[in-house]
Amino acid sequence: MTSTIEAPEANPIGFGRMKRKEDPRFVRGQGNYVDDLQLPGMLYGAVLRSTLPHARIVSIDTSAAEAHPKVKAVITGKTLETLNLAWIPSLSHDVLAVLATDKVRFQGQEVAFVVAEDRYSARDALELIEVEYEPLDPVIDAKQAILPGATVIRDDIAGKTDNHIFDWEAGDKAATDAVFAAAEVVVTQDMLYPRVHPAPMETCGAVADMNKVTGKLTIWCTTQAPHAHRTLYALVAGLPEHQIRVVSPDIGGGFGNKVGIYPGYVCSVVGSILTGKPVKWMEDRSENLMSTSFARDYHMHGEIAATREGKITGLRVRVLADHGAFNNTAQPTKFPAGFFHIFTGSYDLQAAHCAVTGVYTNKAPGGVAYACSFRVTEAVYLVERMVDCLAGELGMDPAELRMKNLLRKEQFPYTCKTGWVYDSGDYPRALELAMEIAGYDELRREQAEKRKRGELMGIGISFFTETVGAGPKKHMDILGLGMADGAEVRVHPTGKAVVRLSVQTQGQGHETTFAQIVAEQLGIPPLDIDVVHGDTDNTPFGLGTYGSRSTPVSGAAVAVAAQRVRDKARIVASAMLEVSPDDLEWEKGRFFVKGDPSASKTIQEIALGAHGTVELPEGVEGHLDADCVYDPPNLTFPFGAYICVVDVDRGTGVVKVRRFIAVDDCGPRINPMIVDGQIHGGLADGVGMALMEVIAFDKEGNCLGGSFMDYLLPTSLECPSWELGMTVTPSPHHPIGVKGIGESATVGSPPAVVNAVLDAIGVRHADMPLTPAQVWRAMQGTPLRTDLAIE
Amino acid sequence: MQVTMTVNGNEVTATIEPRLLLVHFIRDHLLLRGTHWGCDTSNCGTCVLWMDGEPVKSCTVLAAMANGREIRTVEDLERGGVLDPVQQGFIEEHGLQCGFCTPGMMMTARWLLDHNPDPSEEEIREAISGQICRCTGYKNIVSAIRWAAEHPSTTEVNA
Repeated sequence: MTSTIEAPEANPIGFGRMKRKEDPRFVRGQGNYVDDLQLPGMLYGAVLRSTLPHARIVSIDTSAAEAHPKVKAVITGKTLETLNLAWIPSLSHDVLAVLATDKVRFQGQEVAFVVAEDRYSARDALELIEVEYEPLDPVIDAKQAILPGATVIRDDIAGKTDNHIFDWEAGDKAATDAVFAAAEVVVTQDMLYPRVHPAPMETCGAVADMNKVTGKLTIWCTTQAPHAHRTLYALVAGLPEHQIRVVSPDIGGGFGNKVGIYPGYVCSVVGSILTGKPVKWMEDRSENLMSTSFARDYHMHGEIAATREGKITGLRVRVLADHGAFNNTAQPTKFPAGFFHIFTGSYDLQAAHCAVTGVYTNKAPGGVAYACSFRVTEAVYLVERMVDCLAGELGMDPAELRMKNLLRKEQFPYTCKTGWVYDSGDYPRALELAMEIAGYDELRREQAEKRKRGELMGIGISFFTETVGAGPKKHMDILGLGMADGAEVRVHPTGKAVVRLSVQTQGQGHETTFAQIVAEQLGIPPLDIDVVHGDTDNTPFGLGTYGSRSTPVSGAAVAVAAQRVRDKARIVASAMLEVSPDDLEWEKGRFFVKGDPSASKTIQEIALGAHGTVELPEGVEGHLDADCVYDPPNLTFPFGAYICVVDVDRGTGVVKVRRFIAVDDCGPRINPMIVDGQIHGGLADGVGMALMEVIAFDKEGNCLGGSFMDYLLPTSLECPSWELGMTVTPSPHHPIGVKGIGESATVGSPPAVVNAVLDAIGVRHADMPLTPAQVWRAMQGTPLRTDLAIE
Repeated sequence: MQVTMTVNGNEVTATIEPRLLLVHFIRDHLLLRGTHWGCDTSNCGTCVLWMDGEPVKSCTVLAAMANGREIRTVEDLERGGVLDPVQQGFIEEHGLQCGFCTPGMMMTARWLLDHNPDPSEEEIREAISGQICRCTGYKNIVSAIRWAAEHPSTTEVNA
């Protein structure tokens, strides 16, 4: 094979490729994940879960479990009712059962919690709990659930007589209807973005330790948002916030799965309070897949209007959004469908309108969702599929149709038809570059030749506009908490530094990237900068890492704090050099006197001076530190152009992704190696969702994706060797211009893969996942509905 | 029941429940936390370690089945303060993000290189195809293993 190995580079002082600071512990097996934690006297928890999707609880008999010699406590909903914790607020203005008291509403719902001396005994004791259920009709199909007369799932809500959650719309309906009425061409397509799961390799879990002497509760937890968790524990459980410490240690992948508060966490806390011992709870894989935050489950009806020449004029979409048994979508926007109204995508339209209806079903609640930036994934899939459907209708090349309609550079900042203000972009350049890397014209020629021979080759394109960096308080909060993030930068006397973050890493490499942000501002080598994160006792407040918000929000906070340190360093340097601050010039790592570069002080000398005996001007305090709370004025809008090339076996429907070209623009790249890694991972996600992943249900409400034998994830064999390209368009409103990259590829890649497969087989639409069976059925003209098991 | 096995060169004897999984014995009893647990069903490979020189998924091996066997885990890759080239390769080529699948991936990679010192991309992809990584999209894992193949001794880069 061709070697891509380059000589090791020196560590940059600032932005640039550098090896990750966190890697030495991971490659030695010395990571510190939640399940690695062992505390003296620690007990183990296990959750008893409902076997039925919908049933009334007649009785729960825990006596045999309690009699088990190694069991220390058995907790049921009744126990929690005494603490007012049987139900907790969801993150979407609903309530969520911690342990079921009245009914179970999805298969896998939490019913009881056992605390025992060891893992295996806790599981044994679950078998000893007798639950008598009165089965009720399961409501599995969102389309049936919304109909009048459907069995009511949420009869816990006073006066509830249906399964309706919300109706929400955005855009100008009248203007859109007018555009459609006048349109020369209208294409309509129904499509499902099926329920998928983040499935991080580490499942969710916690260790709770209530110290009865000090009254301090420490929770080590698989959380992407430790500060938000702490505040919610304080608000919901009435625990004093200063007596709660939430620690998010090394996290084995999050992808949105670890944003919310799960019943197991709450039960671990209660278990520790009841027993006086630390309690560890780690869910198994089936529990993770069946009960924790899923993603998507959007039934979409799209319409696109255009002229015969291929100028897109309007988009209209209706969505039925399946939110499962509790509306626990952990998204911070004030819009029930998150950022879905960015479905106008990357195109210059006259009008657009969407209407989304949320519905309860007897499925697991959710979902923040899986690297989706709050429904952007669904929105991008919708528009990119509709554009391909239109291209088919017009007989136009999908690249040409996109190029004709993409927003132009001079239109930015651009206010889209549903109100978002896109910050910056050069869209045609990104698509041109992707086509250049792909050798687009040559691929089309090859495809034509193969078609003559009866071989199925497909080329799929997607162009996406992401919206990340949540977010401005006007549009976003979590239970009233605004989304500003804090950061603190402190330079020690010897010129080494520490930066404390409100966000934390689940693998994104914060310990390296954030050191580089400080290094770029102060000229201190990244290896001399300690990055502290994931511990509420040691970091400033902020709402955590999800929705690609770490670099856009916390990265800005860190950059501004470091700039403030530099401003102070200027004053200290001026005192040391006995010149006016205005006479100093900054060169990365030192201040020097204008016109006399030899008269200078390095940042390390300044740090020592700031802690020393230098006479500082009146009103200037010593030491060298600063903080910042960054309140983002707008979101950031990364974008990209993706091209996927597939070969499909006509006889079996098996899809082979031959090539995948991804051109991303996330603004300046702090560490290009890490950025590429983020993109690679998202592309694999996209291939997985497009071809393999789905959590379907049978008509009895049984979850059919409850293990990795059923919920298929892409391996090294399904993934091609990704081909990346980039353009760089800084965000004009961000202190260092960066836009975020964590989810771009997950958002952008599924439609490229689907468009490629459908291009290969010459079918206008078939729902994901495009398994061999689904592709084969699509070729016969009878694609399946993928969210339900067929008879 | 009592089991005796060699773990990373040290003989270990313990009294265990017959049903105890090897992954839990390694993690909870021997406190070797580099071997992870991810799925229950032998699908994810975060629990891969060596038994008698062959990679196995320790979530579906009973500790009792390891009686009299030789076990090697990720903690034994580094020798004399020098990282195995596979470990160094994962660092050099950004072959890991969250680090959870990494130990299992590296144990398979070491086995591959011991049996095929100059594997092609296809051979590497085949070798790690029984393991799942959710972060990297595999490309950099392939590069990391190629790096290790091209740097059979890491003494210099690791110095």
